[in-house]
Amino acid sequence: MSREPYEPPTQPVAGQIFDALLMLVLVFITLYLPLLFKLAGAGTTTTEYPNPTWESLGQNATMAAQWEKLGFGPEKAATIIGTRFDYAFNWTALAITGVVIVGYFIFMFRYSDRQYRDVIAERFGDGTDPSRKA
Amino acid sequence: MQNVQLAPGPGILPGEALPEAPAAAAAPPSKRIALLRVLGPGHVWALGVGIVLVGEFMGWNFAVGKGGPTAALTACWLAGILYTCVAMIDSEITSTVAAAGGQYAQAKHIIGPLAAFNVGLYLVMAYTMLEVSNAIVTGDLLEAFITNLGIPGTIDKRAYMVLTIVALAFLNYRGVLASLTLNLLITAAAFSAIVVLFLASQPWAPGAVLQHDALLVGLPYGSLGILAAMHFGLWFYLGIEGTTQAAEEVRSPARALPLGTMTGMMTLLIAATATWYVCSGLMPWEYLGQAVTPLYDAGRLTGSRWLEVFLFLGTLFATVASANGCINDASRAWFAMGRDRYMPAWFGAVHPTYRTPYRSIVFFVPIAILFAVSTPLDQTITLSILSGLLGYTLMALSIILFRRKWPLGTIQRGYVHPLHPLPALLLLTLCVVTYLAVFLGYGTQLIAMMAFYIGASVWFVLHRYKYVRRGDQFTMHWPRPKGY
Repeated sequence: MSREPYEPPTQPVAGQIFDALLMLVLVFITLYLPLLFKLAGAGTTTTEYPNPTWESLGQNATMAAQWEKLGFGPEKAATIIGTRFDYAFNWTALAITGVVIVGYFIFMFRYSDRQYRDVIAERFGDGTDPSRKA
Repeated sequence: MQNVQLAPGPGILPGEALPEAPAAAAAPPSKRIALLRVLGPGHVWALGVGIVLVGEFMGWNFAVGKGGPTAALTACWLAGILYTCVAMIDSEITSTVAAAGGQYAQAKHIIGPLAAFNVGLYLVMAYTMLEVSNAIVTGDLLEAFITNLGIPGTIDKRAYMVLTIVALAFLNYRGVLASLTLNLLITAAAFSAIVVLFLASQPWAPGAVLQHDALLVGLPYGSLGILAAMHFGLWFYLGIEGTTQAAEEVRSPARALPLGTMTGMMTLLIAATATWYVCSGLMPWEYLGQAVTPLYDAGRLTGSRWLEVFLFLGTLFATVASANGCINDASRAWFAMGRDRYMPAWFGAVHPTYRTPYRSIVFFVPIAILFAVSTPLDQTITLSILSGLLGYTLMALSIILFRRKWPLGTIQRGYVHPLHPLPALLLLTLCVVTYLAVFLGYGTQLIAMMAFYIGASVWFVLHRYKYVRRGDQFTMHWPRPKGY
């Protein structure tokens, strides 16, 4: 049997503007604010080098020459060389992140499939009427 | 030039959003204005490579910072495998579902509306953040170049960031053919800059210019660094799947899309390896791992003034071409979502004269400017990579559903990728590896990005979906999917 086509409500212009602004607010709150307040970003460790020399920074003669061509002396380069990523992490945080990602995909696929069945039923009929084309 | 044509699928009246009238009561078939079909394989190549080539000029080198140069090369090739899978899968689906919005339209037909809504957002966020990254580099590059020329005084690089975004948005507003033809030219120029730098660095004479023996180090973070480097390894190729966004504007989608995408992938693999080789032989890894404009720096380190200028122009061209392509792609994904009412229907309008999705183009200008003038480059790149990564994960699952719902022989495919399901499983595995890589060092951003997509999904399910016509979500002339 064919399914009665779903007739969506008409959205007024004010509602359309509200929806567009809502997406902007969502971008701002979830993506921009964490960056603005420096809550997100690379986890790093810093090593201090008092009175640095190229040798104490672990740079050979060729490396030192290239640093200098780039406009860096040992003092200035020490900040870059002394900053390293911190890959220490706890397994709980990793597990929570994994659950969030997997849960998100499961929810998306299950809910999409429910919506998809409605789409197919409306497009092709609900499959109980053999006279309708498949 | 007006090219009025009967739109076989959903068409939009000029300057108007989708009518709110019921589908059954819609106006009888009439002449509607659709997007122009003017693009060939060269444009598809330029669109894909134009967006991505900038990844050789900046951003990839953060992989060196996360794992060292050897880890970055490993990541470059692993990411190359990931994107080859993406290109293979995408070519099959795109050559079969040729509609504006690319992966968005594909998800709509294969998975369902909520997935399509998310894919649309992935595309928009990935391309907008890539556009932002390009604007940031343009500003930094101009500042560095003027400083290196010894010109007294300072410039406000934020002005150039804003100028880049606004000027390219205007170009896209005026028409797709002009903007993508420009992309073709400046992409070719940027690619030639990489080739010239590679030749000028005399790779056949180790030690003459390139100093790999003295500069290459092992794995400063151990083998964990290889995993971590995968995060920015994606940047070498991110956006190649953007070729599919122009599906409704390509003359022969079944031929041009696979051809343009696969040749683009080959171009990028060569350029990525050459870029790594030159840069790792010229710069200490600690500097390379945080440089904003590594290829320009490589040009400076050769000691040749003309090469420095050429690499300055190459970097500038690459960033402009990429930003141009990103505006094109993001606006078309947003336009397609507006056309289907996944977003307000107001965005689903085509300009009456220029035949472009002008409202969608303009909408993203303030967002891009906000992030460009106030956000570090590695953060915007990470936001772009994460959105791309979510899309690739979905793509791997999507092709499995596609083959299951319409087995080979049941519908006409423009291209059939070989060895299914191996590319899908390989892609899924590499995606999991990359999630782990992003978690190492950027875990908070990963969670922030998931919060955005979960929040948007809840909004779609509880509110937005009620405005969507169910039956209109399936427009291909295919048989009923198997199992439904």
